Amino acid sequence: MSQQKKAVALISGGLDSMLAAKVIMEQGIHVEGINFFTGFCVEGHTHAIRKRDTDKPKRNNSLWVAEQLGIKLHIIDIVEEYKSVLLNPQHGYGSNMNPCLDCKIFMVNKARQWMMENHFDFIITGEVVGQRPMSQRKQTMPIVAAESGAADLLLRPLSAQNLPLTLPELQGWIDRAKLFNFSGRSRKPQMALAKQYGFIDYAQPAGGCCFLTDESYSLKLVDLWNARGERDYTLDDVMLLKVGRHIRPKPHFKIIIAREDGESRFMSGYKRDFISMNCASHRGPLLLIDGNTNEDDLLLAAEILARYGQGREAEEVEVTIRDREGTERNVIVKPLLSSQIQEEWFV
Amino acid sequence: MNFETLNARRLLCPLPVIRTQDKVKTMPAGDILTVTCTDPGVMQDIPAWCRINGHKVLEAKVDNGEYVIVLEVV
Repeated sequence: MSQQKKAVALISGGLDSMLAAKVIMEQGIHVEGINFFTGFCVEGHTHAIRKRDTDKPKRNNSLWVAEQLGIKLHIIDIVEEYKSVLLNPQHGYGSNMNPCLDCKIFMVNKARQWMMENHFDFIITGEVVGQRPMSQRKQTMPIVAAESGAADLLLRPLSAQNLPLTLPELQGWIDRAKLFNFSGRSRKPQMALAKQYGFIDYAQPAGGCCFLTDESYSLKLVDLWNARGERDYTLDDVMLLKVGRHIRPKPHFKIIIAREDGESRFMSGYKRDFISMNCASHRGPLLLIDGNTNEDDLLLAAEILARYGQGREAEEVEVTIRDREGTERNVIVKPLLSSQIQEEWFV
Repeated sequence: MNFETLNARRLLCPLPVIRTQDKVKTMPAGDILTVTCTDPGVMQDIPAWCRINGHKVLEAKVDNGEYVIVLEVV
């Protein structure tokens, strides 16, 4: 009796990768999932930070998918390695700072390495021809297979009938007739297949699963690089770009003002890394300062902060300024009028 | 049986899960790991990861505003 073949499935937490894994499991293949954490993933952080998300389940969708499928999931931290992808994408960026094609090549290559180390036989993804404008086009999908090194060990079950034969099909490990020919941006075939499998509560992210596809986020990232004079970032940078209002009143410093209690709680974890402020005389949000500031800058930041607290109409607001060591002092400021906060300050 | 601890404070999901996964890889079956976190999402995510991978959650509690998961490596 031949040994059961094993496939590693890239699991994003969305429907397509869930279906792709299921389709292959139905053919008697042992499937395990792999999920890559770049730091820019939309889920996870945002669920934890934003109060407005409390009505949604705080589940991690990739874990949820793995549990629904009954497969193991290996979550891999690629934050450091991913920098080279984002900072120097060989195939360029999409409409924002999203290096989708390089990203897919990188992830499939990582999956290939994992496959070899763990003695698996092939890789599957939920890619669909024509589904995404950059990485999932008929012309670019072969590039992913070639440049990742996966070549014919990369099988896309949902679109396989539109693509060249892969080794699992040629070897008879997989019956090509039981794969699919999905193409284009319509989600109807996937939804029909999901219904057939009894999947009902799957994630449907409207804007994809990566912050780099978001225009506002991308602008903040570029602003950070411009202000620091170098294209680099840390995981803390990545996370802080996801929260708060980012206001740069002067080129050499930026303030981040929490928009709600959840963000204030999250940002309070950074008090030892940044000068921070909060209103002492009124309720108001937490503020962090990124950059080197003098006394005038601090007072300007305090005036802006006062504008976003409940003392915005007051003549005076008392603001606590806290340095990185935790030493506090209070200043009295007059809140800026909204008209005094210039449009171009907002990042 | 050994008892180990993991400090996953200030990390947001899925990082506490990743740190737990990487720590458990180094531990033999029967050992107990206590993970302390500040992200409430771990109360769903670490038990889910344990269910998927066959490990046993012994306790999941909120302690002084922190989220503590005790699990047995299986």
